[in-house]
Amino acid sequence: MKRGLTPFHLSILALGFGFLYVPIALVVFYSFNASRLVTVWGGFSTQWYVSLFANEALLQAASVSLRVAVAAGALSTVLGTCAAFALQRFGRFPARSLFAGLVYAPLVMPEVIIGLSLLLLFVGLGIDRGFWTIVAGHATLGLCFVAVVVQARLSGFDRSLEEAAQDLGASPARVFRSITLPLILPAMLAGFLLAFTLSLDDFVIASFTSGPGSTTLPMRIYSQVRLGLTPEINAVSTLLIGFVGCALLVASTVNRLKAPSQAR
Amino acid sequence: MSVRLRLSALRRWVLAVPALWLVIFFLAPFLWVLKIALSKPAVAQPPYEPVLLLADSWAVMIEKIAALSFDTFEIVMTDDLYFAAYLSSLRLAAIATWLTLLVAFPLAYAMTRAPKKWRAALVMLAIAPFWTSFLIRIYAWIMLLKDEGLINKALLSLGLIHAPLSMFATESAVLVGIVYSYLPFMILPLYNALERQDPALLEAASDLGATPFSAFWRITVPLARPGILAGLLLVFIPAVGEFVIPDLLGGSDTLMIGRSLWSEFFDNRDWPTASAVAILLLALLIVPLMVYERQQVREAKP
Repeated sequence: MKRGLTPFHLSILALGFGFLYVPIALVVFYSFNASRLVTVWGGFSTQWYVSLFANEALLQAASVSLRVAVAAGALSTVLGTCAAFALQRFGRFPARSLFAGLVYAPLVMPEVIIGLSLLLLFVGLGIDRGFWTIVAGHATLGLCFVAVVVQARLSGFDRSLEEAAQDLGASPARVFRSITLPLILPAMLAGFLLAFTLSLDDFVIASFTSGPGSTTLPMRIYSQVRLGLTPEINAVSTLLIGFVGCALLVASTVNRLKAPSQAR
Repeated sequence: MSVRLRLSALRRWVLAVPALWLVIFFLAPFLWVLKIALSKPAVAQPPYEPVLLLADSWAVMIEKIAALSFDTFEIVMTDDLYFAAYLSSLRLAAIATWLTLLVAFPLAYAMTRAPKKWRAALVMLAIAPFWTSFLIRIYAWIMLLKDEGLINKALLSLGLIHAPLSMFATESAVLVGIVYSYLPFMILPLYNALERQDPALLEAASDLGATPFSAFWRITVPLARPGILAGLLLVFIPAVGEFVIPDLLGGSDTLMIGRSLWSEFFDNRDWPTASAVAILLLALLIVPLMVYERQQVREAKP
């Protein structure tokens, strides 16, 4: 029985990853197109990046998006880590399955439903929509992703370390600070970055929960995409891809470096 | 145990804060959607009536609640257009989900065959597109599929076709969009299920005379079933309610329920109808959602 890569497996990998990455690569490639027609190559140029930085509305939207993403990421991390602890460490408690269900449901719930229901809630409560309502929406989604990531780390966690520290007389706060926290910190950071990028990318929930003056970057991109292809969208997409790519690289490196022995 | 007791107050908060958050921002809003779905559209701000106010007296409140009606539901449920949209959402999501499985299975399988030291990187590479903006990935397909798009350009210049194929603004474009966008959701559970399998099982099968083909169907696939089910649910449930993909890649005749909800809400400003559509969409998804929840909760047992 041969284990390992045959040429057959290699070609599947090449085709599969080609399918995933070629479209993205083409967006990046054509952002350096001198032609105004996106799909007609007219020579190399960086002019669309220059015009991007003169586009006030787009810059404004990017700044809203970044601030929303930082706030939503931070909030998600705190809430999600708490949820992960409750799920992983608290054993059985009343309504545990309901709680777990609430944590996992937003991961698959169609975004139009989440967006619409949040908007109706805010209107019903008389809350003006804007920056913080988007943050609340994104944090709800991000919480779930953080909870999944942190819970995975907690479940592969060697609890004898905590017990040993406790036996040696460390207070629970001390145990948490010097054992538990350092061990789950990489997962929390990874969770933060995931919630951050999720918020940065979200279009549907933001459309429902944003108010005047809090248009996010995806909302701007969407309205431009509806009008047709423009090289400017390629340029802003390339910047976003680069940005998210760096964030992911940091997240995965941190997650791997700090936990060499996290194998299950 | 004494440590446990001292911590119990803290533990209560650790549980209560995320639980309350989810109840307020995820569970309670559904009840609100139901309430709006039972209201009537109105030319007002907000555009529905009755509007329940905390300041209302009991009598007024009861009167208002009595004014709630199932009219909107009736309209949505008897309207052929909505019915067609529901059916077409289910059909497109189902086809796209199977296609995703067809693409993802060989890929996940090949990934488990890669040398151990590559695998973490391959997994990362497989899920990374999920974190790149959804809109950008759909935009990439607009670039590829349009009449003057890159695929047509390439085929024309190779002389394979003489007139551009119309692929953009069709149901097939929507299917490609869904497969492409949701592929990472399918790869990950499949990979996890396949990687856990003991290669000795296949060796045993081949020692007992099974062909690789029958060993694959009788051992690999059945053992991967939980992963397949998880992947199918992770793709199907959100795909049914998808808005961005049918809106940007589909034609004006591509009906999907997420799109109907969106246009009722944003274009027609008919909040009660949008809410009724949302409730019926949720009703449509309740069975797959419950299967998904059961699986997740079971897997996450501490």
